[in-house]
Amino acid sequence: METIAIPAVNLAAIMPETVLSVVGMILLLINVFLPTEKKAYLGYLSLIGIAVSLFYTMNGWGTPQEGFNGSVLLDNFSHFFNVIFLLCSALTILIADQYVQREECNHGELYPLILFATTGMMFMASGTDLMTIFLGLEVLSIALYILAGFARNNVKSNEAGLKYFLLGAFSTCFLLYGMALTYGATGTTKIAGIAQFIAQNSILSKNPILLVGMLLMAVGFSFKIAAAPFHMWTPDVYEGAPTPITAFMSAGPKAAGFAAFLRVFLVALPMFKAEWTSLLWALAVLTMTFGNITAIYQNNIKRMLAYSSIAHAGYALVGFVAANEVGVAGILFYLLSYTFMNLGAFAIIILVGKKGEPNNNVSDYAGLSVKHPALALAMSVFLFSLMGIPPTAGFVGKFYLFSGAIKSGYIWLAIIGVLNSAASVYYYLRVMVFMYMKAPEEDFAWLKVTPAFFVTVVIAIAGVLVLGVAPQYFLKLAQIAVMI
Amino acid sequence: MLEYVGLIPLFPFIGFVINGLLGKKIKNEKVVGGLGALMVFCSFLVSSGILLQLIGRPAEERIFEKVIFTWIQSGQFKADAGFLVDPLSALMIMVVTGVGFLIHVYSIGYMHGEEGFYRYFAYLNLFTCSMLLLVLGNNMLLMFVGWEGVGLCSYLLIGYYFHKKSAGDAGKKAFVMNRVGDFGFLLGIFTLFWYMGQTHNVWTVNFREIAANAHLLPVGGVVTLIALFFFIGATGKSAQIPLYTWLPDAMEGPTPVSALIHAATMVTAGVYMIGRLNFIYIRSHEAMLVVAIVGAATAIFAATIGTAQNDIKRVLAYSTVSQLGFMFLAMGVGAFTAGVFHLMTHAFFKACLFLGSGSVIHSMHHALHHAHSHDDPQDMRNMGGLRKAMPITYLTFLVSTIAIAGIPGFSGFFSKDEILWQAFSNPFHGGLNIILWGTGAVAACFTAFYMFRLVFMTFFGECRITAKAKDHLHESPLVITFPLMVLGLLAVVGGYIGLPKLIGDMFGGIPNYFEQWLEPIFAGSHEFTLQQLAHAEVHHSHALEWGLMGASVVIAIVGISVAYTLYIASPQIPKKFTDAFPALHRAVYNKWYIDEIYDFLFVNPCKALGNFCWKGFDVLVVDGAVNGVASIVRGFSSVIKNLQTGYVHNYALSIVLGVVTIIAVYVIR
Amino acid sequence: MLGAYLPIIVLVIVAALFGLVSVVMSSIIGQKKPSPVKLQPYECGCEPVGSARERFSIKFYLIAMLFILFDIECVFLYPWAVLYKRLGLFGLAEMGLFIVILFVGYIYVWKKGALEWE
Repeated sequence: METIAIPAVNLAAIMPETVLSVVGMILLLINVFLPTEKKAYLGYLSLIGIAVSLFYTMNGWGTPQEGFNGSVLLDNFSHFFNVIFLLCSALTILIADQYVQREECNHGELYPLILFATTGMMFMASGTDLMTIFLGLEVLSIALYILAGFARNNVKSNEAGLKYFLLGAFSTCFLLYGMALTYGATGTTKIAGIAQFIAQNSILSKNPILLVGMLLMAVGFSFKIAAAPFHMWTPDVYEGAPTPITAFMSAGPKAAGFAAFLRVFLVALPMFKAEWTSLLWALAVLTMTFGNITAIYQNNIKRMLAYSSIAHAGYALVGFVAANEVGVAGILFYLLSYTFMNLGAFAIIILVGKKGEPNNNVSDYAGLSVKHPALALAMSVFLFSLMGIPPTAGFVGKFYLFSGAIKSGYIWLAIIGVLNSAASVYYYLRVMVFMYMKAPEEDFAWLKVTPAFFVTVVIAIAGVLVLGVAPQYFLKLAQIAVMI
Repeated sequence: MLEYVGLIPLFPFIGFVINGLLGKKIKNEKVVGGLGALMVFCSFLVSSGILLQLIGRPAEERIFEKVIFTWIQSGQFKADAGFLVDPLSALMIMVVTGVGFLIHVYSIGYMHGEEGFYRYFAYLNLFTCSMLLLVLGNNMLLMFVGWEGVGLCSYLLIGYYFHKKSAGDAGKKAFVMNRVGDFGFLLGIFTLFWYMGQTHNVWTVNFREIAANAHLLPVGGVVTLIALFFFIGATGKSAQIPLYTWLPDAMEGPTPVSALIHAATMVTAGVYMIGRLNFIYIRSHEAMLVVAIVGAATAIFAATIGTAQNDIKRVLAYSTVSQLGFMFLAMGVGAFTAGVFHLMTHAFFKACLFLGSGSVIHSMHHALHHAHSHDDPQDMRNMGGLRKAMPITYLTFLVSTIAIAGIPGFSGFFSKDEILWQAFSNPFHGGLNIILWGTGAVAACFTAFYMFRLVFMTFFGECRITAKAKDHLHESPLVITFPLMVLGLLAVVGGYIGLPKLIGDMFGGIPNYFEQWLEPIFAGSHEFTLQQLAHAEVHHSHALEWGLMGASVVIAIVGISVAYTLYIASPQIPKKFTDAFPALHRAVYNKWYIDEIYDFLFVNPCKALGNFCWKGFDVLVVDGAVNGVASIVRGFSSVIKNLQTGYVHNYALSIVLGVVTIIAVYVIR
Repeated sequence: MLGAYLPIIVLVIVAALFGLVSVVMSSIIGQKKPSPVKLQPYECGCEPVGSARERFSIKFYLIAMLFILFDIECVFLYPWAVLYKRLGLFGLAEMGLFIVILFVGYIYVWKKGALEWE
């Protein structure tokens, strides 16, 4: 009896993910033996796990590792995204501790779940097989559904979890169906294989099955990155979810969605470029416009940032439409910047809230600058970056995205983008008006900046400013990363 | 010294960081204010050194570029963080640091005892830093950083008295309107960059490289588009039609801020930008015409409004808008040197006027405060006769007013007359020249009128506040009057470096130093004009030039006389009559109804026109359009908001509809 | 291109119309004489007892879910056992890893008390 040939296993290709999931499982076991007040230790342990994973990621830069018969490829592209994911989860863990203690939902599962979600994101970025990508997406999504409903005693959080689950499952069907159709048309789920097959059978580019497969996959990914009209879940879920989780969801999983979206479309479906660029053009315009216009009307700052995150996905899509080196590198750069500015902003939102009173209305920020000038200044830096005003990371990122679009000849798209970001100034500025130009109504006595928060805000500000003032180095990395 | 150009913006930045972080702890106003002023003075010293070094070099070598590091590089796109020193930017940094320093000093006195004193100086330092970055940046992107930076500081300083709702609103209005302009600026950068790259493979945003490749640009066409995009940016920042309404509102900020940002420096950024990009404008006749017409229209329009205002700062605000219009008129008729010249002289006399008005308001405020009066210290109808109480303020104010009115011998005359002459004699706009000149001349007449009306109402006649308050009127301290004296002096002599050739020849061939200095910057455009337009070298007779010069003097004098008649002479004439001929008392009591007739014939129509322009156009049309857009967006927003029902099935439906639409569009195509 | 699918579209439309028309027509034409007995839910002829909307204990779902989870383990174990020899040492290691992961979950579930009914 001959043995079955086992495809080459290259553990090095999944090392960052392995570290995270093993640490996650260990934490899960420790958790059940740990009393509630000591759950914070899990956070520190998970930070160690993230650091180790980050080490493996950084260490592997420049030496791509392929494994599992070509279904996983740890190349520079996934390295870059891994850094975004790890950064995002590390900052989330740093700001989560105080929040869960305050809101009395200090369940230790938070940390393993974040680690598992991060593992899923990493697989989305490094998967070179539709199945791997789908698995990564599911690992991520299931962890997120639970995280969104993490504050069990809070009705809004429950609502967020359930809504996210129902709609997520619904949209996953489209993604899976799209993958199935693509497989049906090409006979393979390997991304490189699909591209090769289409290139060899050029008649396929007229095949409606493959076309519909492509469109449905685009829909599935658009849901993940919250592009209009598949964005409806975002405001409700972001508003209801515990704030640290909202911060996490708006940066990490969105980046993961873009990672998979980019890899599948750029590598597997370049033959359909004309089709998907026109589709994404429309989605980008819709997303930016919807996000910004609706954000103008919001009084709840979490909801406002939810719409703003929709708009930001739209800006990133502009780079995707350009589909050239500048635009795509711009997406990577922008997602990195967005992680810094958004997590920073959310950190301050958490600080301003207190138990039972999330203080999420814009008017709750009245006079913050008088009582806590440093925090108000930090918030202003993040808001400026979100507006896209130099010398912050947001400006440089938008600049790359729009100049990428112009380079590919999408001038109108760039104009719409610039107009949109001009309109967005209004609602970000409103927060600043309240912070700086209104008399304080509260004494903000409850506001306590713990060391973890301090570190988070400092990292976020440093990120925003370094990326804004000297983007050169990071852009180069992004440009190397997008050579996929 | 040139190597250290980086220090110029660095000093104010250090001041900003120290005052911003530690200012609250330092508390001592002298330390905070002194530090702020000292930092700007250091910049001024470095700038002076650089200027002297440039003067020491031959004209063609007066250009220096210092790259600190590569800021952004992607593909062929590269932008440095670097500084460009040439005659134009050297001039600008001298104005910014020089006037800036004086205003910093002034602020120490003016802002004494204000809450958030440190905040004020931190912002003011940051503004100086941004403004220096704007003028020194060696590429469009770095200029844009400064451009945004000054906008931000302007917003922060307008809203300085944030407990007043109107101040907060004014700040927001300024910021949003500026952003509208910035949008044009960005599009201009993109289009220029893209065009040069795509068609000529010159991928650059560096000013020197663009200027060196200017010959690749076509005449008209896409260049018109680029020039107009940039001009949109300029209208926002420099308060031109239609984006000017924020500037009068910006007077909500402290007065020194109005002097520095909204008169002397920031608002001239648009003029500077056009000067910097003159090689683009010269290649588009259409764009130049637009610039000239907008400039001339703004000049006369704002001047008429100025005649109907009673708030001392508002008069000056409209006057600034009007003078900026003159500068754009100059740019639009290709008289770049004249425009920049007026920029400089205007910085002197307008800063002096604003600071003088600040001194008046300061004094009035104290007096009214002591008398427990709630009268408005900025309303000119409450003033009068202040020249006795405040002699230094009065003298410097008067000198600057004469300068702005365009009386020969004072700086404003030289620059304004040059602009009007160029508007008349330029080779670009043919038959429209006479209209441009005429508009400018009438605007100059209005300028003389409302400025002297301001002086007469404020400093002459009877003091109209209560006697109790009157006793408390006093001259401002030296820290306030010193900058006034320096600026007043500059307002007189500042014009002599740019003597018109006509006058210079008369005094044994004194050259126009100013023109010579800026020559390297605008030489390319000048040559281009000579190539393109055969009739460019048309010589107008000296007699004509003398004649026009005389005309503009007459115009100024007419404006002044009307103001004199209406605000000084006529109230006194009836009084003499009363004493001499008691029989005629009743008739004379009513001043022969001359005032009423004057009012009917001149003042009311003027005021009505001004009011119409202000209320009708300004408030209804311009504000209406701006607010209208905002409310449409908000309305749209509230409609979309209703789509967000909160029901999962509705969300699922939207996903399905999206999928169906997408597939339908692509498959059934 | 889509011509081939035309009959299907026609069929879908006809089917939808048929359903719609019969429901609408019967509600328009049909006589309505309701009585309490008629309005009762139909349960195979028996008399309905209580409400149909019973609430189950959440434990039921929990146990059912855990059962499915560990049941899946068996689904994987079975083919592995059949091909045990052909899969060799690699198969053994892989399955060991799989079981370890599930075991971690098992301990977690147990300690959390999810397996206790009360």
